[in-house]
Parts: sequence; structure tokens; C-alpha cells
Amino acid sequence: MSNKKLLILFFHPRFEDSRVNARLVEGVKQLRDITFRDMYELYPDFNINVEFEQAQLLAHDIVIWHHPFYWYNCPPLMKQWLDLVLEYGWAYGKNGNKLSGKWAMNVISSGGNFNVYQKEGRNRFTHREFLNSFDQTAHLCQMEYLPPFIVPGANKLSASEIEDYMIRYTQIVHFLMNEQIDIEKLKLVENFNQLNADQWEHQFYKMQ
Amino acid sequence: MGASVLQNAMIFLGAALLFVPIAKKMGIGSVLGYIIAGIVIGPFVFGFIGTEGEDIMHAAEFGVVMMLFLIGLELNPQSFWRMRRRIIGMGGLQMLLTGILFFLFFFFLKGIDMNTSIALSLTFAMSSTAIVLQTLKEKNLDKTHAGKSSFAVLLFQDIAVIPILAIIPLLANTGSEIKDAREGFLGIIDQYPTITIIVAVIAIIFLGKFVFSPLLHWIAKAHMRELFTASALFLVIAVSWLMDLAGISAALGAFLAGVLMANSEFRHELESNLEPFKGILLGLFFTAVGSTINFGLIVDQPVKILLAVLLFMVIKSVVLYIVAMLFKLVIQQKILFTLLLSQVGEFAFILLGSIGELNMISKPMLDFYMAVITVSMIISPILLFIDEKYLSGKLFKSEKLDNEYKVDPKEHNEIIIAGFGHFGSTLGRFLRANGIEATILDNNSDQVLLLRKMGFTVFYGDVTRINILEAAGASHAKILVSALDIPEKNIQLSELVSKHYPHLKLFFRAKNRADAYELIDNGVEKIYRESIHASVYMGVDILSELGFRKYTTLRKANDFILHDNHALHKLSKHRHNSDSYVQNVKEEIAQQERLLAEDKQFMEHKPDNAWDKSKITAND
Repeated sequence: MSNKKLLILFFHPRFEDSRVNARLVEGVKQLRDITFRDMYELYPDFNINVEFEQAQLLAHDIVIWHHPFYWYNCPPLMKQWLDLVLEYGWAYGKNGNKLSGKWAMNVISSGGNFNVYQKEGRNRFTHREFLNSFDQTAHLCQMEYLPPFIVPGANKLSASEIEDYMIRYTQIVHFLMNEQIDIEKLKLVENFNQLNADQWEHQFYKMQ
Repeated sequence: MGASVLQNAMIFLGAALLFVPIAKKMGIGSVLGYIIAGIVIGPFVFGFIGTEGEDIMHAAEFGVVMMLFLIGLELNPQSFWRMRRRIIGMGGLQMLLTGILFFLFFFFLKGIDMNTSIALSLTFAMSSTAIVLQTLKEKNLDKTHAGKSSFAVLLFQDIAVIPILAIIPLLANTGSEIKDAREGFLGIIDQYPTITIIVAVIAIIFLGKFVFSPLLHWIAKAHMRELFTASALFLVIAVSWLMDLAGISAALGAFLAGVLMANSEFRHELESNLEPFKGILLGLFFTAVGSTINFGLIVDQPVKILLAVLLFMVIKSVVLYIVAMLFKLVIQQKILFTLLLSQVGEFAFILLGSIGELNMISKPMLDFYMAVITVSMIISPILLFIDEKYLSGKLFKSEKLDNEYKVDPKEHNEIIIAGFGHFGSTLGRFLRANGIEATILDNNSDQVLLLRKMGFTVFYGDVTRINILEAAGASHAKILVSALDIPEKNIQLSELVSKHYPHLKLFFRAKNRADAYELIDNGVEKIYRESIHASVYMGVDILSELGFRKYTTLRKANDFILHDNHALHKLSKHRHNSDSYVQNVKEEIAQQERLLAEDKQFMEHKPDNAWDKSKITAND
């Protein structure tokens, strides 16, 4: 009964050395009816096929930018993708409304834990605050920006912890695709990590 | 003279070693070099070689035999079919028209009887495959229209020799006795030459199919390279011997054997094994031609011989020009085609020999025509040299088309591309796609005309000549690209340009590392080795196939190319001056060793630390 189409754009310049993301990707790729695109493998030379990428966006309702959080930001190929694919007059600006009403979301793996990503911590800002530029990007394209899903302390996770995050990730994807969601309510949440399972499974059904 | 074989071999090779490089340096081609060497050592000049020159010529005719075998090898049915229009159309027409003209000359003007006239006219229709193919290869003309057409015409002639040889005995007066008929079975052969030829041809077809191929398979299983070389030589020698025994030209037998082997899987192996032998023996053949020139005869009646040569070559040229016109070659190609094929060739020796043996013409007449053939073979390379140096460039100028090509200094392009083959044309297309027009220099006149029609600014000529560069606006341009196919020309150009046009930014194509070193020595900085990008990026795809991530591998590849270019410049300084071949080989090995050492250092000292998590776990 899947009713929304979901696109995962995965950006990882060094995927071969990744433990956490390897597992996350493995899990999420099992899901039916999602489109998973390994962008660094598709565009190792950064020569992005803009028309094709735009067609991909049009064919889906939800886009997930899945990437490691390097220097509080996305890897360079993802920035290239944003710069090239989200064209003026297409995604934003005059007559730029092709993405209107679609949902966007970041899924990130972060070296630092939540305790360093806070006002008193070494990084002084939260993950969500660092992600504000993506929120605004989505907003300018008339998209709904969903709370991010964060895998913190990614370098020190045990195998079973990674397994938990993987399951959580697949549950979120499944939830986004298949449930009736009150998007205004969901947008109030800081990140998906703050919701425990029964909270997000019951709270965000749209009451009809 | 009673000289030993060793002494003769030494004289011949020594003369070739001395004169051929000089001839090549002067740009007149190796064929003329060999012939001049022959003249110098022959009885007329130094007399190192006496009458034995003729024996050596017989031995060296084996070079012609091998050449025909190799031509035959190239001639599988598919490629023949592809060229059928040229071979049969141009070749047939040339043979027919030339034959008719020569027949009219011999029959009506000279009053020679009909049969002999036919035999002689067919003989003089032949051009020299040896000279022309060698010239085409040396001057890199084999891909031009004229080159391909010449090859087709020669092929037709080479094939036509077989039936002609078979017909000549029929043309001979039945009354004439066969000279020195041999005893026993061989005597029978001598009595029925036409039947013998047919039988021999069938025998060769049979041998090729049922003996040579299985034999080569058997040899190949032994996995010994020298055995294969030996068997290739054996094959050609055996066929020649058989044909000789049957009293037929060995060259034809070899040609047939080659055709038969053309479809065998050993084709390339045979080719590469015989190529060096062919080269040396052909050289020897030309040298022998030079040394056997009967200067006595020429001195006795120089005017008569020269007039005959002139007349014959004019007759042939007229026909060739008409053929070229009918087949719509452009003007420079018409002239090149005509000049290439205007001589009388080595097959004429063979045919004339056969005519002489059958007593169809008198001995003095035979000697006279032999001298005519030889002189025309000598003149031919000279004509080509003149064409290349003076005619073809000038002719282009005289054409109306060229008037538009006086470069206005205000309208010149900033980029000059020398050489518009695969490399240059790809570059030119890319630049043009980006709105940048370049001035192009090329020495293929077909290509030049085509490009002009497409709106390119193109100049015809040898780019290593200053006046061509000047005409193309080299003194006003900013960038000069050299994309010539022949590495030596690239290097020559780099020398010339850095001396005369120091303001030009140079972008040079290089075949390989060795050429790149030469270019560095000549002050070129931007060097583009043909293989480096293709081979490294092929490596990227291979690693990706093995499961490596593309992005990482691509970064490594780009690093590797940078490193390799760096190593190129570094090692070019450590290079010793190496002039000799042996030293070059040693040097090459040493270079490879140094290069591998550099690679190792590069890998050890340039680990990829980006996104290395082991170093940043502290950050939490």
C-alpha cells in the first residue's frame, strides 16, 4: 500500500572505508519501492547529468540526502548536485515550482556525539542548526523540510548499536512512504532521533 | 674479381649503410639511396662489384619475392572485395589503355610483329611495386587517395603478371626453339610452359591448403619463436624453388602462397617474421639494380635511351592521369598518383627476361629495354622528390581556391594546429565546439580540400618548412599545437618553432616517454603523451570492475598522472646522452627501473588521508 515514492541520494566520497554507512545502506536498499542512488559511484568525475537528476526528482515525492557530516556540511559532490540540479526557473525563482509540495530530509552520520553539538559543547551549535542551509534550500524550492535523522558518534559505535540505527533508518523510510502524516506536526520535531518508536508511530497520523 | 661472398656482402651492406641515411636526411627517400649506393660500388664508378652484381641481383630478387608474399598476405577476400572498384576499375583501365598505346607504338612505329608487340606492351605497362610501396610507407602517404589508388593498380598488375607469363610462351612463334631445354621430366616442363604454369598454380593452392597450414600448426605447438621464423622463410623459399623449377617466376608463386595464407590465423605472425628480411633484401635488390646498370650502353647511346625512357614514362603518365581524372582524384592527388606509377617496374625485368628467353627479340634490343627499365626506376624517386619539394606546394598556391588563403594579419587565428589526423581533428572539433577557430596545417591534400569546404582555415604543406608556418600566421599566433602523426616530425617542428617563433606557446603531442624527452630538450613544456591518459583511465575502469570505488580510484588516477608527468621532467634531466641504439635500449631499461622506484616512493609518501576516521575519533 505504498503511496509515496522515495528517493535516497547517497553521497559518500570514501564509502569503502565506512562501517556505519555500509550497514545503513545495506539495510535501506532492501526496502521495496525506493530508489537508491550511489552518487559518488555514478559521478566520480562530478559531471552530473542535470536533466536525468531532475527527472528523478520529478518521479519521486520524497528525497533523502544521505551523507556523512564533514566539516558540519555535505560532501562536495552533494553541493555540486544542489548547485546544478536545483536550477533557477525550475526549482525556484520565476516559474520555478517543479518541486513544490515534495518533501526533503537529511540523513547524516556524524563523528561527534550530541553532547559536542550543543551550545555548551565544542561545536557550539546543534546538528539541526548546522543543517539550516538545507532547510532553507528546501524552503526556497517550496518543499517541506523534514526533521533530520542523525547517527552521532559514528566512529565509535559498536556493531549492535549500528544495527539499531540501521533498523531505525529503515523504519523511518517505511513510515514516510506508507503512513498518513501530519506534516506540520512532524516539522516541529528537532530530529527523528528524539522520537521513540511508539511516539512517531502513533502521533503523526493525519486525523481525517 | 673473384671476390668472396663475405666481401660482396660487406661491400653491399656498407654502401647501403653509408648512402641510405644520407638519402633519407636529404629527403629523397631510401629507394634512391640504395640505387645510388649500387651505382657507386658498381663497375661504372668504383668497380668494387663487377659482373657478379647480376648474380647478387638474382639473389636479391628474393626480396621482391618476399614483398609479394607479404602483399599476398594482406589480400584476404574481404579486403579485396572492399577495394574491388579501385583494383579492377583503375587497375584494369590502366593496364588496358597503357597496353593499347604501347602496342600502337611497337606495332606501327617500330614495326615489330604483332605477337611480340603484345608481349612488350604488356611488359611496359607494369609499374614498380617495390619502389612505390616503399615510398608510400616512408612518406606516410599510404592513407591518401593517391596512395590507396596506387596500391590498387599495383595489385592488379601483380595479379595480371600470372596470366601474362602464361600467355607469353603462346605468343612466341611456334617455330622458335626453346633454348637449353633440360633433360628428362624438366625437359617436358620446358616444352609446355603454359600447362606448367596452370599446374604450378593449382599445386600451390593445394600446398597452401593441405600442407602449409597444418605444418604451421605443428610448428606453433613447439613454442619456439626462431622455429616459426625459420618455417616462414622455409615456406617462401620452398614455393620460390618449386616455381623456379617449373621455370616460372618465383615472385608469383610467393604471391599466390601469400594470398592463400591471408586467411590463416598465422597471418600476422608470418608478417612480422618476414618483414625485416624483406626490408634488407629489397634494399639489396635496389642496390643490385644500381650496380648492374649498363652504363656502357647508356654512354654509347645516351640520347636514344633517355628519349625512350622519356617517351615510355610520358605514355604511362598520360594514361595514369586519365585514369585519375576518371576516378575523380583532386589535382595534387592526380599528380602524385601519376608520378608514383610512371616508372617501369621490376616485373618488367621478369617479363622481358621471359620474352628474351623465347627469342622473341634480339639480344641488343633486350639490353636496350633492360637499360630503359632501370633508368626509369631511377628517375621515378627523383620525380617524386621534386613533386614533394616543389610541385605539390606550389600547385596548391596556383589554384584559385588558394587566393582566399592569403592570411590577413588582422584576421589570423590565435591557434595553429599542425597535423589534422585523428589526434588533431579531435582537438580541432573540441575547440570549434567551444567557438574557437584554429588555423590548420596538413599534408594530406584530400583532407585539406574537405576541411576547406567545411569552413576551416587550412594550409597544405610540410609544416616543418618555415614559409608554410609563416603563411599560416605563426608570427601573429599565440599558440601552436603539434599533432603530427610522425614523432620525428613533431620533434623537428619543436626545434624549428622554438628557434624561429619563441613567442608561441607550444602544445605538443608525443607518442611516448622517449619522444617527450626530446621535446623537453627542445624547450617544450606542455607535452601530451598519447597513451598516458587512456591507459591510466583504463586502469580506473578495471579497478572499478574489481570492486574498487570509482571516485577514490579516479583521484588516485589523477594523482598518478601528475606524478608521472613530474617524474618525466625529473628523469629527463638524469638522462645520459645516448646516440647509439644499444645505449638507447640500456637507457630505456634504466629509465624503467628509475620510474618504478619513483612510483614506489610516490605510493609510500602519498597516503590518502582525506576522511581518514582513525585520526579524528578524538573529536567527540
